Formats: sequence, C-alpha cells, structure tokens
Amino acid sequence: MLKYLASRLLTFVPTFIGVTLISFAFIRMLPGDPITVMAGERGVSPERYQELMVQLGFDQPVYVQYFEYLKGIVQGDLGMSFVTKKPVWDEFFALFPATLELSLCAMIFAVGLGLPAGVIAAVNRGKFFDRALMSTALVGYSMPIFWWALLLIIVVSGWLGLTPVSGRISLMFYFPDTTGFMLIDSLLSGQKGAFSSALSHLILPTIVLGTIPLAVIARQTRSAMLEVLSEDYIRTARAKGLSPYGINGIHALRNALIPVITVIGLSVGTLLAGAILTETIFSWPGIGKWMVDSIFRRDYPVVQGGLLLIAVMVMIVNLTVDMLYGFINPKIRKR
Amino acid sequence: MSLKTTLATGLVMTALLAPAAFAKTMVYCSEGSPEGFDPALFTTGTTFNASSQAVYNRLVEFDGATTATKPALAESWEVSEDGLEYTFKLREGVKFQSNDAFTPSRDFNADDVIFTFDRQRDEANPYFTYEGGSWEYFNSMSMSDLITEIVKVDDYTVKFVLSRPEAPMIANLAMDFASIVSKEYADAMLEAGTPEMLNQAPIGTGPFSFVAYQKDAVIRYAANPDYWAGASPLDNLVFAITTDASVRYQKMKAGECHLMSYPNPADVAAMQEDADLVVQEQEGLNVGYLAYNTKVAPFDNVNVRRALNMAVDKQAILDVVFQGAGSIAKNPIPPAMWSYNDAVEDDAYDPEAAKQMLADAGVSDLSMKIWAMPVQRPYNPNARRMAELMQEDLGKIGVSVEIVSYEWGEYLERAKAEDRDGAVLLGWTGDNGDPDNFLAVLLGCDAVGNANRAQWCNEDFDALVQKAKVTADQAERTKLYEEAQLIFKDQAPWSTIAHSVTFTPMRKEVQGYEMSPLGSVRFYGVDLAE
Repeated sequence: MLKYLASRLLTFVPTFIGVTLISFAFIRMLPGDPITVMAGERGVSPERYQELMVQLGFDQPVYVQYFEYLKGIVQGDLGMSFVTKKPVWDEFFALFPATLELSLCAMIFAVGLGLPAGVIAAVNRGKFFDRALMSTALVGYSMPIFWWALLLIIVVSGWLGLTPVSGRISLMFYFPDTTGFMLIDSLLSGQKGAFSSALSHLILPTIVLGTIPLAVIARQTRSAMLEVLSEDYIRTARAKGLSPYGINGIHALRNALIPVITVIGLSVGTLLAGAILTETIFSWPGIGKWMVDSIFRRDYPVVQGGLLLIAVMVMIVNLTVDMLYGFINPKIRKR
Repeated sequence: MSLKTTLATGLVMTALLAPAAFAKTMVYCSEGSPEGFDPALFTTGTTFNASSQAVYNRLVEFDGATTATKPALAESWEVSEDGLEYTFKLREGVKFQSNDAFTPSRDFNADDVIFTFDRQRDEANPYFTYEGGSWEYFNSMSMSDLITEIVKVDDYTVKFVLSRPEAPMIANLAMDFASIVSKEYADAMLEAGTPEMLNQAPIGTGPFSFVAYQKDAVIRYAANPDYWAGASPLDNLVFAITTDASVRYQKMKAGECHLMSYPNPADVAAMQEDADLVVQEQEGLNVGYLAYNTKVAPFDNVNVRRALNMAVDKQAILDVVFQGAGSIAKNPIPPAMWSYNDAVEDDAYDPEAAKQMLADAGVSDLSMKIWAMPVQRPYNPNARRMAELMQEDLGKIGVSVEIVSYEWGEYLERAKAEDRDGAVLLGWTGDNGDPDNFLAVLLGCDAVGNANRAQWCNEDFDALVQKAKVTADQAERTKLYEEAQLIFKDQAPWSTIAHSVTFTPMRKEVQGYEMSPLGSVRFYGVDLAE
C-alpha cells in the first residue's frame, strides 16, 4: 500500500509542472492585460504603461517570468495579487474554507440522496418509481445552474420566505473567523441563533451545487447496481434465502460502490466548477468567485496560484479515491 | 427541534428590520468587493464607496446631489492672481478615528494634508511604493507634474504651488484620490513594520469608522461619534457584497438590505410598483457615443461622418436600449454640467438627406465596422443591441455594417489604435463635474492614440479647451466651452447617442438618501425610520 502511495505521489510531479505551465500560459493567452483593464475607458499614457509593465515584471522575457514563478512556488511563495496587493496564499486560505464547507455539504446532500435513490431505482427497475427518478435525474443533470439558483431564490426565499436570499450568515451576527467554517465558528461563538442562521444560509446553495452530482450519482448507482444484481453470486444469495436487505444492502451495494466512488471523485472537479457560479449568485465568499473576479481583472498571480492550488486539491481527492478502492475491494489492495 | 422550527427560528433571527432593541444598522447591497481601502491606490467606484466616501474626507467635497464643491476639511481657500498658488485654511478640531492598533494623539492638521499628497508624488516618501504604489488617478489627472510644492504655512494653513494655472484644481481635490489620510497613523504603522495597514484598516476623519472586512462578503463600519459635522443618525453601516443584480433585488425585497446599487434596467418598473420600495433616479453625468476613426478614409471626411449621424434614429435607441431612461445626447457633455451648450442643434434624423450627402461626398457602397462593447455600462446598457439598431438604420442608406466585439480588456486596447478599422461604441462617466474632464480627456489632441477614440485633433477646438483649462473665471470658461461644443458638433467626430438616467432602489424606511451625479454612494445624513 505504501509503495503504491509513493508511486502515485511520484506521478504528481509531472502533473504539477504541467499545471504550472498551463495556468501560466492560459491567463497570458487571454487578450488584454491587467494595466489596460485597470485603466478602463480613461486609458493610460504609453510612458506610464511602460513604467507599470516594469513594476509588474512584464518587461522580462516570458520564460524568465515563468522561472521566477516556479522559483516562487518552490519557496512557497505564490506572489501578490495585482489588485489587492495581498499574498495569493493568504487570500486562498481565507476563502477556501467557505468553498470547502459548501462543497462538503453539497457532497453530503448528493451522496445522501443519490445513493439510496439509485439503489431504490435499481431494485424497482422499470417500475414507475424508477422512471420518475431517472427522468428527474436527467432534468437535474441538464439544469443550468444559474437559472436553477435564481428560481430557488425567487420561490423559496422570495415567495415562501423560508430561507435567506444570500450570504453565509445573518449580518446581525458578527464574530471573528476561527476555523473559517461558518457552521463551526457559529457554534464556537456561543451566540444564540448563529448556528441556525448559518445552517439556513447553506440550504439553497447546497441544493444548487449538489444537484448535478446528485443526478450523476443516482444514475451511476442505479446502473452499477443493475449490473451487480444480474451476477451469479446474487442469484446464489437469493437462492440461499437471504433477505432482500441483505442482498441489496450488503452484497450488491458494496460491489456497486466502486464505479460510484469513481464518479464521486470525479464530481469534485464538477463541484469546484459549479462553485464558481453558485458562489457568484449566492454571494458566497469562496474561491470560485475569487477566481472569476481575478480572471476578469487579469490578476495573473491570483489566477495562476488559484488554479494551481485547486489542481492540487483535485489531485489529492483523486489519490484519496484510489486509496478508498482498496478499502472497499481487497482485491485492489493486494495488487 | 424540527427542521421547520429551526428554520423559523433562523428566519426570525435573520430578520433585519428587527426590534428597536437592536442598534440602527443600515445594510447596503453593494455590487462588488473593494480592492482595498486606501482610495488613492485604486480607480473603481466600488472601492471609493467603501473607502473614501465612508471613512475619509477631502479638503473640498462635492455637494449632495450636484457637482458643485463645498468646503470640507478646508474651511476656505484663496487662489493667487496668476492662478499658481492655492492657499487652504484648514478646519480645526477635526478628530481622526481610532482602531485597536492606533489612537490619535492630535487633531487633523497641515502635516496630514502634505503627507496625503507626498505619498503619491514624492519618491522619497516611505509610502510611495507601498502596496504596489500605483497612484493611477493622481497620475492620470496629471497632478504629478502640476503640483510643484506643497508648503505648510502654519499648522492650519497649506499652500499648493502649481507649475501652470489649472482651473479644475478645486474639483480635482474633491476627487476620491485626494482623501486625507492620517500622517500620525502612517508613521505609527511604519514603525510597527505594518505599513499595509494604511490600506487594510483605514483611519480617516469621515462619518463612519472602519470595523472589519470579510473578503468578498461583508464590510462593517460604525458611526464615528466624533465626526466634525455631527455624528450620523445610524449606529452601524454594513456593505453586503452581492455581485448579481437579481439577487440584490431579492435581498432588498426580503428586507436583507435597505438599499442596492445598479439594478437591472428590466427590474426597475417592477421596483417602482412595489409599495415597500422607493426608486430614486438621477440624470447620470455621462455620455454614450459612437466614435469614428477620423484618421481613416472615408471617415476623415466630415460630411461622411455627418451623413452617418443623420441616418441613426436615436429616439429608437433611447426607447429600446435605454428603455426610455435617458435623454438624447447632442453634446459631448451632459446637460447637468455647467457650460452645456443648449443652443447646439442636433443632427436631424433624415435618412434621405443622409443618403444624398453620402452621394455628394462621392461615397458609395460603403461598408464599415461598428464595435460593440461586451460589457454593460451606465452610459450603455446593451451595446450589442445598440449596434444592431445602427446596423439597420445605416442599411437603409446603403451602408453595410459589420458588428464586431472583443473581450473588454482587448476592446479597450484595440480601440486606442490610431489605424483602427471601424467606429467604436463607448462612453464616459465624469470624475469631477468639470467640463475639462470630458472635453480634454476624450477629445483633446494629447489624448489621440489613447482616450480620444475618434483620433480627432482639431486645432481650434483644442485651443479653446486648453485656454479654458488655464482660465480661472467660470463665466469666461463657460463661453470657451460653449464655443468648443459648436466646433465639435460641426466636425462630428462622434455620433453622440444618449445620457442615461441611473436608478437607486431602496426600502421605504430609508430617509435622507441623496444620489450623486458622480455615482458616489454616501450614507452620511441617511436615517432609517422606525
């Protein structure tokens, strides 16, 4: 297992270098530069433009800029935001807990509903419940996030008044960040009502962000379950007189979980992409919104650093998923 | 507790317009995150509203709903005969705010004024390079070569010595970059090794003290009890950063905020009908225009430009693109600005005459590009739609139009090129209410290849504008600008399209809010009805 982990970690190195190259090149390929964007309609004189280019280090050849960037990464320095003048590292860690909290909730929501829905659909294959569930999943999967979020806000917050419209907690509560996770911080603050306020603010964004993974997981679970249910050992188990719960819950589900976990792992990427829109709509102060703002402002260090850190997160999740296979399927562990 | 009860409790707690036991807290749904809190380092209105308008004061300030200037930290001022010396008498007894790291030991005085400007102009000042040190507004208003010296006459008198007479000087000093910062605070932070605090935890003399900023989420302020003009009736001010306009609207309807910025034009009608809301409107200090490239044939021919101007139905554009919220522009400056020349006659909408004029100019089968901005701006809510309407109008006189667009940064960059192919849609919102800020910045010979997107350099026009810039007497300046507007209209480097109206929706309990024509959002003097 350790050997396996080490070999997996080694493959990180080329991936990591690839990501630095892509993120570095990607933002520079976009037309327009930070100075022009900042100057807006007013424009900036050619002399001043040159001065600022030197100040930001753009007068150097591109490969020199790239190596400077790599040198920084090795020293643990991702540079300073052109716009806020704060270290990229600090900004990322101030905002990441918000994204993580929302993503975890969305994942719990998606897995918590998607897994049972998929199992139930598979067991009731072809019946009304199966069809209704799978068509709903298809709708969920194709739902434009932006539209879905606004619809929920207008109906649930606007008409029904059940949840707050946006933000992480009611503005009445004010306490310093301890962990950056609002649910935990609100409990730690000891202020009455803070936790329920934080919870109520999480409901809509969680649903919106979790909808696509939920649909994917439900569909994947169903098809994996169907495949497993047609296996010989399930027939044997049935013949032995095992209860339906024992068959479905223990024998079938466990084996069906491998492809499902792969999908869950892959959904992390989807979640981060979805977080960009979800965070923008719900004014959720996370890294998705931060990245979007930075791309518009051509804030090179933030886009480069942010992409890199997000890529590292995804790599870690993928590694964790690979490790999980081993726990679920001993055959993989022994390999 | 059931989910429903939990939710209900949460809701009760979230209710903003809550019992009187709570302090009076005004919540503003703002459109974006500030870049920082030292206004001189930045250029966006979003940042100014969060910094200079709430926390700071300037020597002079814009007066409420007009662009006139009034004394603020300077009680009075005198200008020398030659227009080269501005002497300000400073207000006494003005207190700076305090925070955890700093408590002022003295009142505001001349040292603060000198430090404020020195950090932007003096390379030897330790703050000159802090936080990246790009003093963009100061530089773009040419203040660096305009101010030769700032002299402390005594503790409460400062004298600005200029290199040339500059009539808009007072208006310039009312701009956000001229917000007065505390020298004592700056010194203390330098000593503590944390100069960035000047930008991250601002200390000013303004009506609200900065409390905290949670990035991309919330900015909190408390009323400054020692404010020199009297404390604000509000206890707290909160900016709830909400980037999406529809969400801001929903939040305001739900009572999660009292006032919001930039509504969707399409939502305004519904807001006006909502009994809980009030929608204020203000003629924006802006102009939306189509700039021809006057250096490229056949647009170097004034008759071609005028013919094209006559072919465009501006009323239709106003109705469709602005949904009626604006007025047709005939001059490059808006009607609310002094020296606006109402005697100027706009080109009549007359496709037949336009067609004839093109033929007379020897132009046939003309095809051209119109550039449509990819972003929504107050002076142009939908450039693509506007370009389509123009395409249709120009088609009627036999001119074929191709609409092009680029990503915003690229658009701005390419539009500057002197050999640019096509006419660009763009616009401008005034910085300081001075006509020079439109006429010289957008149409002066110096600005060709930059903000002068028509690449238009007319000696007579430029001479008038330059003369007005060094003339102190406003009546005389008015005459010069009026004449310049006549030349502009005659030479038609632009098709002037519209001046838009801007809207600020708020809940009906908000009292005393005044919209600024310059687009600033200010909460001093605002109260909430019980």
